[in-house]
Amino acid sequence: MDDPLVIAGEAFGSRLIIGTGGAPSLESLEQAARASGAEMATVALRRVDPSARGSVLDVLRALGLRILPNTAGCYTAGEALLTARLAREALDTSWVKLEVIADERTLLPDPVELLDAAERLVDDGFVVLPYTNDDPILARRLEQVGCAAVMPLGAPIGSGLGIRNPHNIELIVEAAGVPVVLDAGLGTASDAAIAMELGCDAVLLASAVTRAREPALMAEAMRKAVEAGRLARRAGRIPQRRFAAASTPSEGALHFVQPAQPQR
Amino acid sequence: MPGSSAARTTDVVVVGGGVIGLAIAWQAALRGLTVTVLDPAPGSGASHAAAGMLAPVTEVHYGEERLLRLNLASAQRYPTFAAELTEATGRDVGYRQTGTLAVATDADDRAVLADLHRFQLSLGLTVELLTSREARRLEPMLAPGIRSGLLVAGDHQVDNRLLATALLAAAVAVGVDVRTDRAAGIVTTAERATGVRLGDGDTLAAGTVVLAAGCWSPQVAGVPTDVVPPTRPVKGQIVRLRGPAGFLGRNVRAVVGGTHLYLVPRADGEIVIGATAEEQGYDVTVRAGGVYELLRDAHTLVPGIAELELTETYAGLRPGSPDNAPMIGRTALAGLVAATGHYRNGILLTPATADAVADLLATGVEPEVIRPFSPQRFARERVWSMRVTA
Repeated sequence: MDDPLVIAGEAFGSRLIIGTGGAPSLESLEQAARASGAEMATVALRRVDPSARGSVLDVLRALGLRILPNTAGCYTAGEALLTARLAREALDTSWVKLEVIADERTLLPDPVELLDAAERLVDDGFVVLPYTNDDPILARRLEQVGCAAVMPLGAPIGSGLGIRNPHNIELIVEAAGVPVVLDAGLGTASDAAIAMELGCDAVLLASAVTRAREPALMAEAMRKAVEAGRLARRAGRIPQRRFAAASTPSEGALHFVQPAQPQR
Repeated sequence: MPGSSAARTTDVVVVGGGVIGLAIAWQAALRGLTVTVLDPAPGSGASHAAAGMLAPVTEVHYGEERLLRLNLASAQRYPTFAAELTEATGRDVGYRQTGTLAVATDADDRAVLADLHRFQLSLGLTVELLTSREARRLEPMLAPGIRSGLLVAGDHQVDNRLLATALLAAAVAVGVDVRTDRAAGIVTTAERATGVRLGDGDTLAAGTVVLAAGCWSPQVAGVPTDVVPPTRPVKGQIVRLRGPAGFLGRNVRAVVGGTHLYLVPRADGEIVIGATAEEQGYDVTVRAGGVYELLRDAHTLVPGIAELELTETYAGLRPGSPDNAPMIGRTALAGLVAATGHYRNGILLTPATADAVADLLATGVEPEVIRPFSPQRFARERVWSMRVTA
């Protein structure tokens, strides 16, 4: 696998992680998941019974995706711990996307509860991937308590506003010693490409695909955008400048306009 | 069945006595067939839980244009279907041609509504865009803050519980044998369904078996794995209030903070508020959070509901299907017909499903209208092949 994403020692070929919320039907989710090329999908354990057959989990498993349970809908560290432990038991995985939100209107993370829950879950042996604000200091603290990645938001969940504070995302990327996954707020393919160009290691998105008119088409667009953005980051963008710089080499052209010198 | 002393033969055995199974039985019997329906508690499943909104236009979703056509056909059939049912039984089924008003509660949800409106127009549907003021003139109980509305004069309602009761009575009146036995499994002989094994071990022989057991369809044993209809339970919590008659004049629905909500007012003042959509297996626990969210969003939309009597909280299981469309018609197993997976549209699709399946049973020819909804359309996809044991 060329240029894998490595989280907690596990390698993934795809740098796109998908969420399942908002999918209009299981069939559309299945087509979108295929088109996305994602190898991991996150599922809200409060909304899905892991033992039920024929549900979203079965579809994801049939496609060979790794299930990343999340604690969506939790408002306190206590609830998040309870949900994460239920998920570990039911799905036989110690990985968890930690989500502790502050209110229904913004769905923004509650930083105080989030850090508390992260620390306790890490101590309890979980591989914790926290959904966090785009705050470089909070991201650092989450890494310090032992999170396996940090997942800052681009904008509020489901808003489709794109990356509202690219500067903060850059600061998080520069300081991070664990993978940075841009999570939430993306609206279209260019947003995903920008996330990768800013240096994020992966992108996690749901609504941008599941609520698109053609989810499978948008999933394909997102796959390509993540790949393009990653390649661009590795290739290195040129410095920006105020005025043009001709792309045609100028050396050797000057003699053409100079008067010919008689040879001696 | 040879060797079984209790063997009896009918033309058709219908497994499942919800509105779909009962309506098929009624219509098949009207076409001269002998019919038995098996259900331990007829009309008690999703048929009982539903709200009875007949709203193909406000319910339309991207990618579901084929389903829309079937939904519209069934909605069009409803007035005569309800009238025939009332004539046959003397029972009213609460069919009301009230129309439906969809409103938005803030600017974000207004954009969702505007997008829906463009989609409806592109499909040639009849929808009237209203200002907030016009919407509130129609429904004075709506909150002052609502933003714009879509009036669909052709989206109606029926009382699903009265419908189930009337269908049961109509079926019995034309000689359908409705038995409260549980269908333990389908009996197959030489790769053909030939009857149903009952819970007590007896066998009921039949020319054709109709599987109409909603989300429980995959649990009926004896069906080859690749023939099992891929239905799954999708839990819906729903609340019933009682207010003065006329509190609301028509169905009101909205997107509130991104989630869909509807209020269906009955003639007697009952208001049905629904519904959550949860993948929780066969769990039918009513949870505080589900009821809270329904009442919270309904209160945002219609503040006056706070004063109404809370008469019922309930949870039922919709028979979900992979593409949200039903499975109607012949299965890959000869002698086995499916009519299941109606998901959000079971009450609405009852007339169209019953007509089509009864015609298929009586004539052996599959009506054009159900061809896109063949139960065999998922057969090639390994991902949908399942055997539910939960």
